[in-house]
Amino acid sequence: MVGATLLAFTAITVALSYVNFGAPKANIAVAMLVATFKAGLVAAIFMHLAAEKRLIYRILIFTGFFVLGLFWLIFLAWYDYPVVR
Amino acid sequence: MEIPYTVSTRPDTGLWNAKVGIWLFLASEVMLFGGLFSAYIFLRLDAPPGMWPHGLLNVPVGTMNTAILILSSVTVVLAWAALKMRKYRAYWWYMLATILCGVIFLTVKLVYEWPQKFDHFGAYIKPEALGKYEQYLGNEHAAAKGLPPRLEITGHLHNRAALNDPNIKDYEVALDPLNADPTNPAMDRPHFFPLPVTDKIAKIEKEDVERATMFLPTHSAYFASYFTITGLHGMHVLGGVLVFIYMWLPVSKKLYQRNPEHLANRVEVSGLFWHFVDLIWIFVFPLFYLL
Repeated sequence: MVGATLLAFTAITVALSYVNFGAPKANIAVAMLVATFKAGLVAAIFMHLAAEKRLIYRILIFTGFFVLGLFWLIFLAWYDYPVVR
Repeated sequence: MEIPYTVSTRPDTGLWNAKVGIWLFLASEVMLFGGLFSAYIFLRLDAPPGMWPHGLLNVPVGTMNTAILILSSVTVVLAWAALKMRKYRAYWWYMLATILCGVIFLTVKLVYEWPQKFDHFGAYIKPEALGKYEQYLGNEHAAAKGLPPRLEITGHLHNRAALNDPNIKDYEVALDPLNADPTNPAMDRPHFFPLPVTDKIAKIEKEDVERATMFLPTHSAYFASYFTITGLHGMHVLGGVLVFIYMWLPVSKKLYQRNPEHLANRVEVSGLFWHFVDLIWIFVFPLFYLL
């Protein structure tokens, strides 16, 4: 059931990538939203995160915090050196 | 030696040991792939116009590989459920299906997709020489349509010796459809089914070329990140397959007869790893194949 949903959304991602949402940024946003939804399904159902013990949530909160920090570094470094864009 | 809490749960956390262990490991994996993905974002945002290729990868094959990984995630759940119901026979078959899915995924990557890249050629033209190759690049058409500039001519390199021999003055390239017919509106967007290389040959003088390589990591930031991320992901798939093979072989039947719950827990833990690998691919696929 979940597998079928995931397969359907894979087809949807592929189809949507050939639709022009006006700007490349919009297409990226749509594709990433679908991918995040699919990843959420995998995590919640296949990996039983929908109902897990407290310790595991705690580990993951830490991970989420640090991985967001990792992505935040991109913005910190963005104006660090002169590049013609 | 008897290790406690391999099947029973610890009273304080409510978890058995391996489950905490695998989640800690997966947390470190999130950081590993997180670093690579953030490098990808950085490289992509930083790429000058026309320097981030689109539509180079084979979308139908990528879609099929995505489906195969999702399918294998389903079969590994079924294998675990079969063990929980103490149906070893069903477990054995579901495990075999999972292993086969992993092997197919890797085979497609290593035998089909990657070698095709190694066999494809691209030459970035120097800015001052772009006009000379307008018939292959169609930059006026691209500018009129609001498309990014085209700086590269790609295709199948006929005189491979040209890559290393300084005496050969030009590259002879059987052009990709985009470069063979650059003003055709059908070439403005990537195709779902990749078009074959045409038999139209172009001579590109080495003097006019800024950089010319096969589609290797040295080709561009795009291929560098593509090979790094899919390569690391492929190694994870390989690791998962090896572990599954171990748990599918007769040695595991012995463990099953001794303590079926122990084997079920092993399958659950390696299944968690497998789902994680699937989850990474769910992001890799659109980032490299579609966008």
